[in-house]
Amino acid sequence: MGVVREAIRLPEVPPELQGTVRLMPWDRLYNWSRKRSLWPLFSGLGCCAIEMICAAAARFDQARFGMDVVRPSPRQADLMIVSGTVTKKMAPQVVRLYNQMAEPKYVIAMGACAISGGPFKESYNVVSGVDKLIPVEVYVPGCPPRPEALYNAFLALHARWDREPISSLRWYRKDEDAGIPVPALGPDLVDWRLTGKMATLERDK
Amino acid sequence: MVAETRVSRPTAEMFSTLEERFPGAAQPAEYEGVVIAPDQLVDVAVFLRDELGYTYLSCVTGVDYPEPTARFPARFETVYHTFRDQGGPLTLHAHASRGNPVVPSLVSVWPSASVHERETWDLMGIRFEGHPDLRRILLWEGFEGHPLRKDWHEPYYEADYKPFSSRYPKGKPVQAEEQTPLGRNLQYPPDWSPEGWESQAGMEVYAPLEACAPVDEYAASDWCPGCTDRVVINIGPQHLSTHGALRMVACLDGEKIQRLEPVLGYLHRSHEKIGERNTWLANMPFTDRLDYICSMSNNFGYAVAVEKLLGVEVPERAEYIRVIMAELTRVMNHLLSIGFFTNDIGVYLTAMLYALEERELIVDLFEMASGSRMMCNYFRFGGVARDLPEGFLPLARELVYERIPRRVDELERFLVDNEVFRARTVGVGVLAADVAVAYGCTGPLLRASGVPYDIRRVEPYSIYDEFDWDVAARYNGDIYDRFMVRFKEIRQSLRILHQALERLPEGPIQAGKKQTIVEVPAGEVYGRVESPKGELGFYLVSDGGPNPYRYRIRAPSFANLGVLGELCCGHLVADVAPILASIDVTLGEVDR
Repeated sequence: MGVVREAIRLPEVPPELQGTVRLMPWDRLYNWSRKRSLWPLFSGLGCCAIEMICAAAARFDQARFGMDVVRPSPRQADLMIVSGTVTKKMAPQVVRLYNQMAEPKYVIAMGACAISGGPFKESYNVVSGVDKLIPVEVYVPGCPPRPEALYNAFLALHARWDREPISSLRWYRKDEDAGIPVPALGPDLVDWRLTGKMATLERDK
Repeated sequence: MVAETRVSRPTAEMFSTLEERFPGAAQPAEYEGVVIAPDQLVDVAVFLRDELGYTYLSCVTGVDYPEPTARFPARFETVYHTFRDQGGPLTLHAHASRGNPVVPSLVSVWPSASVHERETWDLMGIRFEGHPDLRRILLWEGFEGHPLRKDWHEPYYEADYKPFSSRYPKGKPVQAEEQTPLGRNLQYPPDWSPEGWESQAGMEVYAPLEACAPVDEYAASDWCPGCTDRVVINIGPQHLSTHGALRMVACLDGEKIQRLEPVLGYLHRSHEKIGERNTWLANMPFTDRLDYICSMSNNFGYAVAVEKLLGVEVPERAEYIRVIMAELTRVMNHLLSIGFFTNDIGVYLTAMLYALEERELIVDLFEMASGSRMMCNYFRFGGVARDLPEGFLPLARELVYERIPRRVDELERFLVDNEVFRARTVGVGVLAADVAVAYGCTGPLLRASGVPYDIRRVEPYSIYDEFDWDVAARYNGDIYDRFMVRFKEIRQSLRILHQALERLPEGPIQAGKKQTIVEVPAGEVYGRVESPKGELGFYLVSDGGPNPYRYRIRAPSFANLGVLGELCCGHLVADVAPILASIDVTLGEVDR
């Protein structure tokens, strides 16, 4: 827990309370508890969803990580596992789901398609990686990744949290978060963050 | 096995029948089947359906020929594959000009044409005159162009054939992103600007639903207009029970469904466009990702279709291995389908855990044989990729003889006599046999309606005619029966597996030597297999080149989904999820 723990000097616990009381920094307690109650969003997009379900099922048992609350509502979720190909038609929904999740929120890009488009990269209806739309925390390569690989991603996320004081979470920051503009479906996918670039192209022509 | 196809091809007899009835309407097609003059297409179709018994239209698709051939000018071609109880396909072609491609719609003859024609319009841009609702189905209204036309190029277009020589110019790799102006997989028409533009995509589905007429049930009863409000609701694409990214839009009256329409395309990955650029063998791993639950069956379908073109004989051991893999896939798929189904009627995850446990053991076998749990990529033209590893057979025997039969009995005991389960399923979502055939339903969905149509029996491919097994069928056509048919089919699959594991011969597993570049002679073929979800067909056109000229997948889930609206009509909202689950769709295959 490196950074967080060493920054703070904890007072001594009196000897008669040592069996029942432990002192730790608030950051560490917070991270400890959210590591054990990570609620993923139940949202399958493609092939990887099947391996995601397998990861949750009896053999691999996701409940060991406190992750057995898998609900399809983004309002209760901390983690979005983008398991499958993000198509242009689905892109607005993916962004909308991400916007609707409460902070702090994290995204795992599971599988080659979610990372870069994978085998379907050249397709006219596939977004070349979900990170073109929403920020991604952990990438899990594979087509599809095995459940163990997905677990490794959870552990990577945990390790990241250990280095993350809660004061740095976006939830506690004062700046406004308007969310990501939801792309629209026009002659092709219209990403509103690119329209400036499109105008430049137009001018250059 | 036998290289020659066992289907009845349209013979001279068929030509003379057609010639007698419709003089001058039919002529031989370029490769296979008959070309019908567009103005007589509907009459010929009615004649075929009513008098020759071609009641089942399996697949409609289009092919783009921008270059004129020796016999025909440049054209769009629509292709229809129809079957009767025994035999088929009869392949009909209709030509349309490239400038203004219009052919008459066959929805009035075969309702199953509806979804296929919408797809052909969407991807190929052929208009079907008389189609009641010709909208885009996989892409969205407003999308620029029709992607499967040969002259339409996507943003990352490099060349017509793979492998691309342009990937390493001067020894330096080039990213696809570097080749587009926006650095993304995006392209816009030259005169289009996002300024002041507002998206209307997705809205077009609401208007017809809001205006829909009440179902007959109400018209006859004392239902009063205004007692309940009519609302249009969205179910999905982010929904627990949609089995992926499927959206349904329903018009409700109170809690009853007046009309329901599936909105597809949320997983449209353009298998067909990519497949027409890949080499023949390079499509094999892509077929894995169609119906990603049963990759082995998809491999089987593609291998069977290409082998018909190639005329390859598959060694016996390879055939046995194929059957073992395909039947294990069927067991796995039906178990999962039962699991998902119980999930959707409210047994949240509990029963599914049982199903997934068995699936794990089966994917372990697949991993032993092919090296991958899900995306097996195991079949090759004329054989399989590698022999069964040591230790496969004892494990498979244990599973097939001991474990799965016990587990299936257990699941059946838990679920089938359960009062709540029966209350939710018996008499719900009834599909009549004639409706099922008319809508082109196949697989357990069709067999639960009392039509014992199984491609393994009516048109035996591979070595299915050497095994002793029964076609599973039931006769009520409700959800309960579909569920029971899956249980029966698991048992029949186990029967086949028993025989196959016992009789598995020694020998080579590949005809000839392994090769990556396959020389496929020019021709066209429609190869189909009974995948766990229904008829999986591959319509392939080869021009003798290194890649398929046309690569069309007739996905069972896609065709079966066409009947969803019909099934849900008049039922409660809560029944939509079980009805959808009883059809058993995989979105990778629906949207392709």
